[in-house]
Amino acid sequence: MITIINPVSSFHRRFQYLALVSVLLLASCSGLGVKPWQRDIHAQQEMAMDADSLDIAVDAHIYFSKEASSGGQGFAGGGCGCN
Amino acid sequence: MQLKRKLTGALSLASCSLLGLPTAQAESQWDIETAVMYYSEKDRVTAIEPILGMKKELSDDEFLKLKFTLDSLTGASASGAVPSTQVQTFSTPSGNDTYVVAANETPLDPTFFDTRAQFSLGWDKPIKRTLRRNLGFNISKEYDFTSIAGNASWTWDTNLRNTSYTIGANIELDWIEPEGGAPLPLSSQDPDSSPPILRDGDSKQKQVYDLLLGVTQIIDRSSLVQFNLSLSLADGYLNDPYKLVSVVDSTAGPNEGEPVDQIYENRPDTRQRSALYSRYKKQLTNRDIFSISYRFMSDDWGIDSHTVDVSYRWRLNNGYFIQPGIRYYEQSAAHFYRYFLLDGDAIPGTVTADYRLGELTTQTIGVKFGYSGNKNNNWSIRLERYTQSGESHPDVAIGQLVNQNLYPDVDATIIQFNYAFLW
Repeated sequence: MITIINPVSSFHRRFQYLALVSVLLLASCSGLGVKPWQRDIHAQQEMAMDADSLDIAVDAHIYFSKEASSGGQGFAGGGCGCN
Repeated sequence: MQLKRKLTGALSLASCSLLGLPTAQAESQWDIETAVMYYSEKDRVTAIEPILGMKKELSDDEFLKLKFTLDSLTGASASGAVPSTQVQTFSTPSGNDTYVVAANETPLDPTFFDTRAQFSLGWDKPIKRTLRRNLGFNISKEYDFTSIAGNASWTWDTNLRNTSYTIGANIELDWIEPEGGAPLPLSSQDPDSSPPILRDGDSKQKQVYDLLLGVTQIIDRSSLVQFNLSLSLADGYLNDPYKLVSVVDSTAGPNEGEPVDQIYENRPDTRQRSALYSRYKKQLTNRDIFSISYRFMSDDWGIDSHTVDVSYRWRLNNGYFIQPGIRYYEQSAAHFYRYFLLDGDAIPGTVTADYRLGELTTQTIGVKFGYSGNKNNNWSIRLERYTQSGESHPDVAIGQLVNQNLYPDVDATIIQFNYAFLW
């Protein structure tokens, strides 16, 4: 028997899965955190998610030009003709 | 009286500092970040990329960010054509010249060069006590490509600022003006014909729309986690105008697997992507910082990818640090990817042999060493090794192609120097 895989419907199924996982992850986050006077470590620049922003930009450009995936941390558009 | 004025000034400065309000001196300073990146593939592309990033606090918690990037590329890029036991002659993208590829060598287009200039602007402003808005603009120009993009995002802090939700959108408009004009998709490139390349107009366009939903959650005093869901739709000319697909002889005999024709690729004119990105960051009791991220991406071209990135920032004495890192990436092939086509078979409506759309894995191993003890004088140097590999001898290979490497590894060295200071 030959199974024909429709990549478009497969894509939508994966997207639904991603959305479900995201909602579950968000729901599991409630109730976590610290008091305002406990933020000393989070105030350090190195602990920010966008610390080393130039490294992130350089990596995004390299990987955008060598691989078929981009985005995730930021927007997927590359702004260059390298892919 | 003079003493009273001095005391008033000192108290005012101290109270401003305690409240976190910017002083006049702080307002006038720019955070400057500079970087120079050198990227070199063995026998292929070499790139040098200087970057200047500038950030200034306009008013309390309102920031202006500017970034200038230059990017110079030279070298050779795999055209998608397969190797042959014979010398092969190809037309350059302009159609005005030819280049020769030696027998049993992977065809590389040696005319690959480009210079890109990019400018981006970001304006990050609090519009309510717990709501921030970020507006961004980006323009990029290279020899055969122009890109303009605008984006807006809002971040809402809640739960005592332990939880931040972000929603953002980006629109990108791209104009592609391939050297000599866009080749007619699926048409032959024949250096012996006049013209050697059939054209399909001088200029092409595409649009990319992005939507980003994110949440960042502080877990405890030393760790936090981030989840982003991003959706992207690209619409328009998505071909690489310089990539070829070989059509090979399928008749059993001495010529089996030898290229008899080279045609230009053709990709679908839309692409939908979705990605889930997650990252966890923790500062350990010895003040080292551990970070791990995972991204799953899926698109309607049939490509699924997984990316894992791990780093460990080992804090040394006196503000120095050393940060080893490793990244692993794998992707499945696009459903229209082929190593080659067989002569006599119907040519599919969409086909590419671009190695970047094939099944592949990559690894990046690197280390960063630097000094971050003084905001007015931070520097670092990063050294990385990037390796990309695929199936060199796929089962579909026939005839002479069985003995050829149909997916050579790409090995690249990346060196980057960063320097940051206040101005």
